[in-house]
Amino acid sequence: MNYLADIGLEVHAELATRSKMFCACPVVDPALAQPNQAVCPVCLGLPGTLPVVNQQAVEFGLRVALALDCTIAPVSIFARKNYFYPDLPKGYQISQYEEPLAEHGILPIRTPQGVRNIRIRRVHLEEDTGKLTHVLADGEAYSLVDLNRAGVPLLEIVSEPDLHTVEEVRVYAESLRSLLCTLGVNSGDMEKGAIRFEANVSIRPAGSSDLGTRVEIKNLNSFKAMERAVAYQIGQQARLLDAGKAVEQETLGWDADREVTYSQRSKEEAHDYRYFPEPDLPPLGVEAAQVERIRQNLPELPFALQERLIQQYGISAEEAHLLSVDGNLANYFESCVRLAEDMPARIVLNWITGEVFAWMNQTGESIQQIKVPPEALIGLLNEVQQKIVNLNTAKSIMSEMLQSGQTAQVIIQQKGLQQVTDSNLIAAMVKEVLAAHPDEVKAYLDGKETLANWLFGQVMRRAGGKADPHMIRTELESQLKNMTKNTLRREGEK
Amino acid sequence: MLTREEVEHIAALARLELSAEETELYRRQLSAILEYAASLQELDTSEIAPTSSVLPPHGVLRPDEPRPGLSLDDVLRNAPRVDQKQFRVPPAIE
Repeated sequence: MNYLADIGLEVHAELATRSKMFCACPVVDPALAQPNQAVCPVCLGLPGTLPVVNQQAVEFGLRVALALDCTIAPVSIFARKNYFYPDLPKGYQISQYEEPLAEHGILPIRTPQGVRNIRIRRVHLEEDTGKLTHVLADGEAYSLVDLNRAGVPLLEIVSEPDLHTVEEVRVYAESLRSLLCTLGVNSGDMEKGAIRFEANVSIRPAGSSDLGTRVEIKNLNSFKAMERAVAYQIGQQARLLDAGKAVEQETLGWDADREVTYSQRSKEEAHDYRYFPEPDLPPLGVEAAQVERIRQNLPELPFALQERLIQQYGISAEEAHLLSVDGNLANYFESCVRLAEDMPARIVLNWITGEVFAWMNQTGESIQQIKVPPEALIGLLNEVQQKIVNLNTAKSIMSEMLQSGQTAQVIIQQKGLQQVTDSNLIAAMVKEVLAAHPDEVKAYLDGKETLANWLFGQVMRRAGGKADPHMIRTELESQLKNMTKNTLRREGEK
Repeated sequence: MLTREEVEHIAALARLELSAEETELYRRQLSAILEYAASLQELDTSEIAPTSSVLPPHGVLRPDEPRPGLSLDDVLRNAPRVDQKQFRVPPAIE
């Protein structure tokens, strides 16, 4: 049977504040910090302490809510979500429930099938939990608790179940990530858990308008895990329905190693959390003037940026998406294009999506960290355009630039990489190569035309890779043509 | 009246282990409390917004300025057991 999937995503994004949500403890880098290095009586949940809301977290939350075109609540309420687990020293998480910071937004996404507007149900503020490490040592099982992350501000962004394919889920998640990065409210560092996902998935027979029973999948910490888990769950539900069985509403975890979902038994239901208004915090009031000020100061958002890149530079939607993933990438691209007005934007783009992306993938450096600023890249491309070096040499120069931070000019000078463009010299090299390989030349003349490339390679090798490839090809063709004529003439004489 | 199952469920959420006698005792006590509180339901509050807080909105916000917290010794002072600078607790894996 044919089914349509309905998928909604809950995204938890850490807000890039300097201090925690309800206390002044610093937010520390989990990769660098010692355990329990940033903990105080408030986030430790000691009796008699009181939370105070971080102004910057509210500002960041509003920035996101406005960028998603949400309606901002003039007054929102913090709520206690009660449950006992060692990652939560207070015994409850301060979150927002019935009256969140913002509701009813839209995130437009660009899929290969076109633009889709995904509805945002709500955006609310809450605090992160501590980190548990489960240990099994000498036959003894225990857990270790590090509370550095407890109380770090989180923004929860919940979509309506408007996504229908794994691809849409991925594009939505990527679009949201680039939005958060563009707004400067999140590091985008998935490996450090700065963004986490939960997906709710249901399927219904194609043509039916009633949503199916939904299953929630938690612990999705990477795009890959999310895609795999959603695809797995859609398949699983289709198998159940095909077999005439029903999908049960449940909460699942995702086992990234075995790539299967597993049931999280005994997870509390919403009413078991005994939500109630947080008595230690007053309602959060937001002034209209503040909302207006934040709205006015929003930067160009990824979707609008893509639109502009497509229009202005004639690049594809896919390429525009790639560049808008990180606002700094688009900046880099546009700086390059501005520096080289007579060069097609396409050439610049190919170098960025080619050599630069490959380097960033390989080293993990960001566009801001690479040692080749736009001026340096354009410097290299100018050398190519003026035929000082050929394309292949330019690629190896680029890899050296990325490594050392030297300019193309310096590398060319130091290594003597200037392209050989002396036509007499090239003609002489072609002649030498043809003389040195009579068998291959004969085979070529007998019709094995692919050998032309091999002969080209020999000449280029003799030139140390530095000759103008176009000149070699022309010279090679003309010398071989002469030989063909000579052979024909000799045969005619026989 | 609350059922035994309801009392057991609430006890489980609170991580409390109750004997059969205790379950019955609390069932009666909790039911009496709920019954008493239920008398409030007789009031017509349809015209009144819920009082989420008695405090006025736009409370006090804190500037985003980090300050050092407690020393590690103080953080772990009340820990039942300590291991690798962390609280060591019974296994909490699901």
